[in-house]
Amino acid sequence: MTDQSATMAVVKAYILEEFLPGEDPALLTPTTPMVSTGILDSLAMLKLVAFLEREFDIPIKAHEADEEHLNTLEAICELVASKRSLVR
Amino acid sequence: MKLHQYLLDAAHDWPERVAIQELDGSFVTYGELDARSDRLGDRLISLGVRPGDRVGFWLHKSIDSVVTLFAILKAGAAYVPIDPTGPAARNNYILADCKVAAIVLEKRFEPVLEAHDAEGWHPTILAVDEAGGASQAHAALARNFKAGASLTASAEGTDDLAFILYTSGSTGRPKGVQLTHGNAISFVEWCAKTFSLTSSDRFSSHAPFHFDLSVFDIFSSVKHGGTLVIIGEEVGKQPYELAELIADQKITVWYSAPSSLSLMAQFGKLNSRDYSSLRLVLFAGEVFPINHLKLLTTYWPHPQYFNLYGPTETNVCTSYEVRTPIPAEQMEPVPIGKVCSHLEGILLQADGAEAGKGEEGELCICGPAVTRGYWNLPEQSQRSFVEMRGKNYYRTGDIVREEADGNLRYLGRKDRMIKKRGFRVELGEIEVCLYRHPSIREAAVVALADDAVGMRVHAHVVSKEGRALSLIDMKTFCSEHIPIYMIPDRFSFHSSLPKTSTDKIDYQTLKIWSGS
Repeated sequence: MTDQSATMAVVKAYILEEFLPGEDPALLTPTTPMVSTGILDSLAMLKLVAFLEREFDIPIKAHEADEEHLNTLEAICELVASKRSLVR
Repeated sequence: MKLHQYLLDAAHDWPERVAIQELDGSFVTYGELDARSDRLGDRLISLGVRPGDRVGFWLHKSIDSVVTLFAILKAGAAYVPIDPTGPAARNNYILADCKVAAIVLEKRFEPVLEAHDAEGWHPTILAVDEAGGASQAHAALARNFKAGASLTASAEGTDDLAFILYTSGSTGRPKGVQLTHGNAISFVEWCAKTFSLTSSDRFSSHAPFHFDLSVFDIFSSVKHGGTLVIIGEEVGKQPYELAELIADQKITVWYSAPSSLSLMAQFGKLNSRDYSSLRLVLFAGEVFPINHLKLLTTYWPHPQYFNLYGPTETNVCTSYEVRTPIPAEQMEPVPIGKVCSHLEGILLQADGAEAGKGEEGELCICGPAVTRGYWNLPEQSQRSFVEMRGKNYYRTGDIVREEADGNLRYLGRKDRMIKKRGFRVELGEIEVCLYRHPSIREAAVVALADDAVGMRVHAHVVSKEGRALSLIDMKTFCSEHIPIYMIPDRFSFHSSLPKTSTDKIDYQTLKIWSGS
């Protein structure tokens, strides 16, 4: 499993458990919009950022906790990857 | 007098002072704001906009959107702000409902604009590349313009329509609240007396322009020659960034729904910056959870705090100054206070009699700030008013009680409207949206108070196939029909919904199912 797909699996599992209980995992695709559809509201975005910081040991700036960076699993994984490359 | 007189006066008195500023540092002076809105106003007139027309603007919050708003007023028309983050279907409905004579919009919205030659309605379309600090509106498409039906406005009348703000409607369609120049001016003048605003004030513009809080932000700032700091939609919901910009931009007057302040108190790291410039904190639109208000006043002990209450139909109609520090033992939310001095209020009981001191009743308001009614909904408008002592009172639908000290306390609604993030949400409009989904057989929505976010909306659904539907599908479908703040937070699926003895949906039982 590549870094990227491992990240996606972890983030996807967290979002399904925390914000989409009972959802069919196959329906949450890398490009499913989550912020613009209200799946992730303001509080959920704050929780998600705290999870990403803790899980991947990366700092996320306040201005990155927005729709552009958190709307899809793909965008979230890109954010995590860019932060990890800085940490390394 | 008309509302844009405030701009003409400010441009005369303070032409070099910064009128509007964006967070990227771009700004316009009062002289420039006046000149630019003159040019665009002339353009609108040359394209056929006439006094009494409605003109929509579908732009993100920016210097350009303020220029456009004043240009529409200068052309003698009423502005209709369109939510740039709202679903296209709803926005198109609003534009068609009030038959705007022209639409000023960003080019990126053109593909979803459905204005067409239906029923003799031919709006002119002015497209701008991207609303911001520097762009200029230009005519992209000039369609066959025909003047609207209601060319009744006089040149100078304060009774002329100034803007229409659309709010959630219980029948599933938003309804347009009509506000005149006189309505808005009476409110702005009351604010001037109450809050001692000055030309050195820096006003936050946090509320979107389709929300009535923006009337205070824009016109109070311009009346006093202050600076309006535009906070874009993308920053508006982020507590840390909001907290940072209040300090960095040296905001002196803040106005928002409590939910934004509540999130800032919890997640804004307010102890890490200098907030000495902030002198006035106004909030309105929903109940402020008292624990979060206490927390906020601990971080910011020095500003004056006011709880402002009022529906779009009256703008602010009661106010209460919150004394700080708030006693630790206070567990009730702050009251909504007393009726503002430019208005009159009475409390009506269900039987139509006036409530006595200490008794509950529906708050009804009359005075110069009160709307004339809803656009194109004469029956609903009529139902919203009651005549008492020879005066027409607007029925707010809010149940309140007058306490011993004369302050009014909000107790709840008499119907199914709630406030979420300060926005009005008719639970019926959400249900109408859910019933449009092809897999839903029955849907009922209840709202419950929630400490963290104020209100949570819970949808109870029966699917046609009797099984649970995808939450992703539900939320995505809703996002195509209703604004994001109206999308239910929770969905539950059942084989049937509880009914009363008359076979109506039993909302009380549903609330128990929701954990009330």
